[in-house]
Amino acid sequence: MRLPRLLFAVATSATLLFAGHDTAANADQPAVTAAPTTAMADMADMASKIAAPGPADAPVATNAVTIQNFAYSPATVTVKAGTTVTWTNKDQDPHTVTSMNGGPLQSPTLNTGDSFRYTFKTPGRFEYLCTIHPFMTATVVVTP
Amino acid sequence: MSRRQLLRHSAWFGAAVVLAVASGEVISHVDGTATTAAVLDDPHALRFAQVSDSHIGFTGSANTDVTGSFSRAITQINSLGFRPDFVMHTGDLTHLSTQAQFDQVKQMMGGLRAGGVFTVPGEHDSVGDHGQKYRALFGAGSKGDGWYSFDIKGVHVIALVNTLALEKLGHLGTDQLDFIQHDVAGLSGDTPIVVFSHIPLFAMYPTWGWGTDDAAQALSYLRRFSSVTCLNGHVHQLFSKTEGNVTFHSATTTAYPLPHPGQAPAPTPQTLPAGQLGAALGIREVTYQPGQPGLAVKDRSLAWPPA
Repeated sequence: MRLPRLLFAVATSATLLFAGHDTAANADQPAVTAAPTTAMADMADMASKIAAPGPADAPVATNAVTIQNFAYSPATVTVKAGTTVTWTNKDQDPHTVTSMNGGPLQSPTLNTGDSFRYTFKTPGRFEYLCTIHPFMTATVVVTP
Repeated sequence: MSRRQLLRHSAWFGAAVVLAVASGEVISHVDGTATTAAVLDDPHALRFAQVSDSHIGFTGSANTDVTGSFSRAITQINSLGFRPDFVMHTGDLTHLSTQAQFDQVKQMMGGLRAGGVFTVPGEHDSVGDHGQKYRALFGAGSKGDGWYSFDIKGVHVIALVNTLALEKLGHLGTDQLDFIQHDVAGLSGDTPIVVFSHIPLFAMYPTWGWGTDDAAQALSYLRRFSSVTCLNGHVHQLFSKTEGNVTFHSATTTAYPLPHPGQAPAPTPQTLPAGQLGAALGIREVTYQPGQPGLAVKDRSLAWPPA
């Protein structure tokens, strides 16, 4: 699993975290849809992919993030500004997509099969976690 | 201590190996030299129980009846053979912070027979509302986001909230650190301190978020006290360590076990073979007898499922 590179980097600003948690801004049109629950695909295969070292942490050019086995996959995605990224929860447990540092990602609780979309308009590095399982962390890198 | 009590306590220790799963026996006895017999006879002794991570509302193969196992934990606390001065639930009362889950756990905890019932919140108790529903039901008399302190039988108890401003690790924040500093300012150094939090105040396994990023600051305010005991939940397993004047005890859960640090890809609910769940769940009994150097902590496994 991804190592906590940013473990202490934001401690000084942490008192302001989630200050806007109850009033998630939706300027960039985040949306949640309940998708039909697909059959649990080959769990063992997915587990082995997530546990595999190296490539899982490399930035990936995709706009789809799967939440499965208590992890975001890929853990880092790189997209161009203006891209809409979609997260889909394929776990039996609920998860969230929530920015660190009071950033723009403020999903509601995503139950099994739910998706959350967010359109990144400005370049930057967007760290996020699941507030229910805060060991789950990942990153979206937005390029110009 | 009556003869019957003596026999009962002899039975606990004598039968521990034989009845390892079924009887809710003592599964650890660490930290401190007070004996149960002496404590039971001492009206000045503090006796309390800790229960944690009931996750009411969880549905999964790791425990298909978290209501039943939490109910069993309450029964065991009510059957300790004495009335605890208080019972503390160290968080994750609910699984997903729904009103129905909060109402249910509140009603169940109403069945505890103790001098008082206290809680600290876990991150599962603030899903989507920054802890508002939690504080509405359990926050009476607390400060800030739900922290508080009280004195009982010569012991100073501090209950902290380190599950709101999460950055993977637990976090206390400036306001709460200030509260701790002022809260203990007037206490003499020989006052025993007990600190409750959901997430550990020590670095149990930061990779999984099992630590609190500003705990060192909090503990620095407690450095001058001769006895500091920090009791937490969150990790769903027993673990103890001592750092200087501070002893940390992670409690187990009444719901489902989590893997040992690093022994799985992620800290996800573990489904045990049939018949083994009760041994992984439990309650904790803590005693402090004036004159003793520290607190005695006993963890008892849950007799679950019922025979």
